Amino acid sequence: MNELAVQFDGVSKGYTHFSLENIHLELPTGSIMGFIGANGAGKSTTIRILMGLVHQDEGSVRVLGHTMPAEQAQAKLEIGFVSEDMRLYGPATLKWHMEFMRPIYPRWDQKYAEELARRFDLKPEQKIKGLSHGQRVKAALLLALARRPRLLVLDEPTTGLDPVARVEVLGELMAALADEERTILFSSHNTLDVEQISDQITFIDRGRIIDSDNKEAFLDRWRRLRLVLPPDVQVPRLPGVVEVGGSGRLPVLTTDRFEPAMVSVCNELGAAVQAVDTMTLEEIFVANVHSRRERLTA
Amino acid sequence: MHSDIVISQSDSRPMYLQIMEQVKQRVAVGEWAPGDEIPSIRQLAVALRVSVITIKRAYLELEREGVIVTQQGKGSIVAPNPELSPRLYDEEFSEHLEKVARLGELLGLTSEEIARRTKEAAKRLNEGRMKEAGATKEIV
Repeated sequence: MNELAVQFDGVSKGYTHFSLENIHLELPTGSIMGFIGANGAGKSTTIRILMGLVHQDEGSVRVLGHTMPAEQAQAKLEIGFVSEDMRLYGPATLKWHMEFMRPIYPRWDQKYAEELARRFDLKPEQKIKGLSHGQRVKAALLLALARRPRLLVLDEPTTGLDPVARVEVLGELMAALADEERTILFSSHNTLDVEQISDQITFIDRGRIIDSDNKEAFLDRWRRLRLVLPPDVQVPRLPGVVEVGGSGRLPVLTTDRFEPAMVSVCNELGAAVQAVDTMTLEEIFVANVHSRRERLTA
Repeated sequence: MHSDIVISQSDSRPMYLQIMEQVKQRVAVGEWAPGDEIPSIRQLAVALRVSVITIKRAYLELEREGVIVTQQGKGSIVAPNPELSPRLYDEEFSEHLEKVARLGELLGLTSEEIARRTKEAAKRLNEGRMKEAGATKEIV
C-alpha cells in the first residue's frame, strides 16, 4: 500500500507567458490538502498535470501508484475530478448522466448517488440546462462522489456557491473522508474553507510552491507581535520576520517562525510586547505572497 | 456517540483549543463519564466538518493533560480519574488580565481603581446568579 496518494517531484511546465517551476508535492493517503493561490498562480495547471490532461516538460508525477501521464487511463478510473469548466450535457437530465456513468465505473454506488441527490436537493429528472450554477456544481460533485473514487480532485469546488450549498459541499467532502483510504485535493481561493477542513496546506504563487505544511504547524508558526518601543530602543531582530508594519514607536512584526521565547527576548531588549496575535490563513497567505514578491523585486 | 460540539468561527482562539474546552466541559458536567468511549478522531472530524489533524491535536493535548486516554488502535476513552486542571482557563485568565491592565492604562486608571472595578465585576456576576436562581425558584 502506497502511503502517498499524490507525489510531484521536480515538475516543470513552460508556456509563453507562464511557467510552473520545480513543483514538489506530497499528499498522504487519507488526508485532505487545500491548494491555495491567487488567480493565475498555477493551481489549475498543476491539477491538469496531476490528471494527465497536460504533460509536464520535466519531473515525475505519481498518482495512486500510477506514473502520469503514461498510466493515466488506469489512474482515472480511481480519481473523481470536478472542475469549474467541466461541462455536463445540457439537454440531458441528471438521471441520464447517472445512467451514463454507471457502466463505466465498477464501483459506482447507485444508492449513494440517490441519497446525495436528496441531500443536495437535486431532482434527477431535471435537465442540466435548467440548473443554477450551484446546482450544477453539486450535480458534478454527486457524479464524482458516487463513483467512490480513492482520490477526489476538485478545482475550486466552492466558488460561486451560496453559504448553504457551501456547507453542504464541505460536509460531503468530510463524509467521504470517513473512509481512511480516501484522499482529497482541492484548490480554492476561499481560505476559510481550506482552513476549516484541510490537513495539509500548500500555497502557490507565480508558478512556484511558496509554502507547504500541515495546517496546525502552519497556524502555529505565524504570529503578529505588537510592540511598544521606548524612544531609544531599536526594533529587535527576530527570526523569520517577513514584515514590519505599524509606526516607529509602535511596530508590528509578522513572523513565520514564532516561538513563545520571543516574547521574553523582546522584553529583555526593552521592547514591551503588547500583544501576540494569531493570524487567519487568509492573513498568512497575503503576508507570505507579499514578502515573497518583495524579495523577488528587491 | 452523537457529538454536538459547536465550533465558533468568530472565536479567535485556535479550533483545537475550542474543541479541548468543550470536551472538558462535557467531562466536567458528567455527560461523558470516566471510562466512556468518546468519538474517534475521524468520526468527530466528519461530524464537526473540521480537519482530522485539528482533532488529532486536540486529542493529543487532552491526553497530555490527563483528560482522556487513547489506546493504540482502540480509540479514546475518558480517563478513569480525569484531570480537569484549569490550566487552559488559567492561561486565558492571565491573557485577559493583561488586557485589563493595558486598557486601564489607556484610560489613565490607577492600579487601585483597576482592582476596585475588577472586584465590582465579580460582585455583579454573583448578584446576577443569585437573581437567576431566585427567578427559577419562583417558576417552580
